[in-house]
Amino acid sequence: MIKEYKTIESINGPLMVVRRVQGVTYDELVEIELSDGSLRRGKVLEVSGDSAVVQLYEAAAGINLAESKVRFLGHPLELAVSEDMLGRVFSGMGVPIDGGPAILPEAHRDINGLAMNPAARDYPDEFIQTGISTIDGLNTLVRGQKLPIFSGSGLPHNQLAAQIARQARVLDDESKFAVVFAAIGITFEESEYFVQEFTRTGALDRSVMFINLANDPAAERISTPRMALTAAEYLAFDKGMHVLVILTDITNYAEALREISAAKKEVPGRRGYPGYLYTDLATMYERAGRHLGQPGSITMIPILTMPEDDKTHPIPDLTGYITEGQIILSRELYRKSVLPPVDVLPSLSRLKDKGIGAKKTREDHAGTMNQLFAAYATGKENQELMAILGEAALSPTDLKYAKFADEFEKRYVTQGQDENRSITETLDLGWELLKILPENELKRIKPEFIEKYLHGKQD
Amino acid sequence: MGKIVKVSGPLVVATGMQDANMSDVVRVGEQRLIGEILNMNGDAASIQVYEETSGIGPGAEVVTTGAQLSVELGPGLLENIYDGIQRPLEGIMNICGSNISRGIEVPALDRDKVWAFKATAKVGDKVVGGDFLGDVQETPSVNHHIMVPVKSKGTIKSIQSGSFKVTDTIAVLEHDDGTTEELTMMQKWPVRIGRPYAKKYPPNRPLQSGQRIIDTMFPVAKGGTAAVPGPFGSGKTVVQHALAKWSDVDIVVYIGCGERGNEMTDVLREFPELVDPRTGETLMKRTVLIANTSDMPVAAREASVYTGITIAEYFRDMGYDVAVIADSTSRWAEALREMSGRMEEMPGEEGYPAYLASRLAQFYERAGIVQCIGSDEGRKGSLTAVGAVSPPGGDLSEPVSQGTMRIVKVFWSLDSSLAYRRHFPAINWLNSYSLYEESLRPWYDENLGPDFAKNRAKAMALLQEEASLNEIVQLVGKDSLSPNDQLTLETARMIREDFLQQNAFVDIDWFSDYRRQFLMLRLILDYDKLARAALQKGADLEALFSIDARNGIGRAKSVPVDEYENAYAQIGRDMEQQIEAIAERGEED
Repeated sequence: MIKEYKTIESINGPLMVVRRVQGVTYDELVEIELSDGSLRRGKVLEVSGDSAVVQLYEAAAGINLAESKVRFLGHPLELAVSEDMLGRVFSGMGVPIDGGPAILPEAHRDINGLAMNPAARDYPDEFIQTGISTIDGLNTLVRGQKLPIFSGSGLPHNQLAAQIARQARVLDDESKFAVVFAAIGITFEESEYFVQEFTRTGALDRSVMFINLANDPAAERISTPRMALTAAEYLAFDKGMHVLVILTDITNYAEALREISAAKKEVPGRRGYPGYLYTDLATMYERAGRHLGQPGSITMIPILTMPEDDKTHPIPDLTGYITEGQIILSRELYRKSVLPPVDVLPSLSRLKDKGIGAKKTREDHAGTMNQLFAAYATGKENQELMAILGEAALSPTDLKYAKFADEFEKRYVTQGQDENRSITETLDLGWELLKILPENELKRIKPEFIEKYLHGKQD
Repeated sequence: MGKIVKVSGPLVVATGMQDANMSDVVRVGEQRLIGEILNMNGDAASIQVYEETSGIGPGAEVVTTGAQLSVELGPGLLENIYDGIQRPLEGIMNICGSNISRGIEVPALDRDKVWAFKATAKVGDKVVGGDFLGDVQETPSVNHHIMVPVKSKGTIKSIQSGSFKVTDTIAVLEHDDGTTEELTMMQKWPVRIGRPYAKKYPPNRPLQSGQRIIDTMFPVAKGGTAAVPGPFGSGKTVVQHALAKWSDVDIVVYIGCGERGNEMTDVLREFPELVDPRTGETLMKRTVLIANTSDMPVAAREASVYTGITIAEYFRDMGYDVAVIADSTSRWAEALREMSGRMEEMPGEEGYPAYLASRLAQFYERAGIVQCIGSDEGRKGSLTAVGAVSPPGGDLSEPVSQGTMRIVKVFWSLDSSLAYRRHFPAINWLNSYSLYEESLRPWYDENLGPDFAKNRAKAMALLQEEASLNEIVQLVGKDSLSPNDQLTLETARMIREDFLQQNAFVDIDWFSDYRRQFLMLRLILDYDKLARAALQKGADLEALFSIDARNGIGRAKSVPVDEYENAYAQIGRDMEQQIEAIAERGEED
């Protein structure tokens, strides 16, 4: 028998203190029944003697200190999971909001998940072709990777994410594929863009969506991504599917966390974010990956808008320390109409080296990739010099580099929203651009590949 | 036995703990979660719990084990991967699958495995702590010496060779007072206390890492300390992995502290396939891994670096050269901060506890070259500590970086602008330093010849000059420089691109021995010397820049190991001829 308490002492923002409780344990799920019969949920944050501090997942409005009943349910917040979740839309608390019937659960899962044993991980090394040259060619995504998009307000990160979700596929593989999408505090319009996009391309049937919009309670944002990841884990590791998880926008998540931390009167870390922001983000991001000897995988693309486009802001900074690389969008390129505006130089995929090369993409991939990076960096520098000193100050080779950087942005980076380039097309395009440079500058490519791909000599 | 009165995340307060000592390990609740006492106040103890405390509440029992947090030391450590409190992760996987559930107890050393023990001590020998009792060939590359426990002393009453489990008695020791002690191959040691040694020496031998920028430019000594700070994406982990792979030490303890799970998996999958160039065995045979990945409980993160360094000290005591590589000490410091915040301690800078700097110092101070304890006085072991630092936003003014920089002697500063250009390892040659240069000089002079240090100095001077010339180029362009200065820029570029850059993923380039490093750098400096002389004679600058031999220098990295001596000599001869030809033409003009 579950006891009911009517001993709420105080409510302060998302925090509620309940007195004279017994047998309450840390992290337990709490249900609050309002006088009109509606339910609110929360979890136990701290229990000290006979008083419990509860963090509300939902809005506190309407809770009456004297009348509302509080029940401690003896288990953490759980999500009812089933394969029928595919094609459905849920609230940030895991309740269906698409007008369809409730899910008949196959299991209940703690939304916090459990740490993955590093000894039981399988190293991600299967190339995912996204059809986008700047990702496939230079910042290759592999199955089981977590690769965030660092964007700024007003930049087309949603279009890029949707394009990845639409085009991503693994070469020569027809296994089951699903998309889990979590909207965290974004606007209706942004969320609707994804719904429309998924409907248009028929991806909706193999998607699960969790929607917490900007006007939904901030406290709910803490659970939204965890709901999504719990669903993803179920589909990937119980049902053997390859799941792509898109989380947008992590900045809103971190802000909700800061709000709660401030209400708890914790010692703030940098910019008012709690000191445990790193650990908190890590427990979400690290849920991506593959299990040894199991078919499924979780590939994660968190999207975050960098406040003031500042990469050293705590949210992108801590994210970058956890995730396996980052795709950075640039306002400068966007202004130049280079779309998608992927800033190639600071972008990085840490797992690319194991996912490319002979038998995976092509033998010349690693060498050309490094050469393109180096040439673009040199080209950009020369362009800057040219802007200060004029063209005459550059040597003929330097000028060629500057021209290369220009062409690279126009032909390699720029790509239509529906343009799906195969990896061979991307690599060949790279070679075409490298022809602009003198051959003896191509130091990072093995001579036999230069013979084969630049001069077209087959062996 | 105490009762819980408060639970706040990993911090639990229990009363009725008058029997417990400070720093005791306790078991919390029905699940018997592992915790450690941080504070005592009357009969109330503040406990940090090393596992998730979900489902624990007031009234639950807390039992002290009466012992401090300790590690098990003995055969079976190598090739293993442990969590922060030395539970074997593979054993956990066998019990509960891909995820780590709570309250699991698996002994650190396999209790059932039988080892072939070969006694080297004899009945009647008088022994003290640290003396060898015998050997176990734990892996083909490591002979695990079984030592008398630190505090034991007496005469061996019986000892025998044979096949034993780690808990079997292998010898009986008779103390001076007539009591006896049964010795096993396994011993325990509390992690927060450094293992004793007889004497410490200043480091005087370099640790060969096979990384050109490290070995030639900023060497670390065996028994020394080094830090690798850098923003994300600058290649900290790749540098750490390269050190773990190619360092010429006997044992490597790699601590993954609050970092990515896949990075540990990478080590776990890759090391068994890589061959140690010195022993011919795979690298895993000399490696111990400690993993507290960022999704594992934060309290155990704090313990993980101590667990790692204690295991390293144990191997050091056998007289081995050991390297401890900790990635990343910033996560460890953040774990300290989190626990400190929950205990409501007065915060210092940026919320870190005031004792952060002294804890960092204590960790690094456990490194060093020592004379091991024991009656044989010739045995020396070394422990080298290398820690990564992850400064927020790459800003080195934060407390962890500053606290580390005050202690360590070598500083490899990673630079994101180099990483963007794919200049790897992205160690900035202008900001980095090594304070071991002087103390290692005699070793270099004796073993590699006096030219090694001279060339290093020349190369550094060229790079310095390049930096100042570049400032002028920014203002007035390259063409306004004198031919001599333009040559300086070109040589510096060669040093950067053809020497310092090193690809950690290409099998010929990932390891360079000293001789190769020396010859490579000498080729570039010879080019500089010859070209400068040719300029004096009026040679054409562009022609000097575009000689054929330059291609040879550019591709010197990819010459296979057994051919480089001849190939480099050939490049040198070609270069000389080609430059001479240009110089002659210049004189004719």
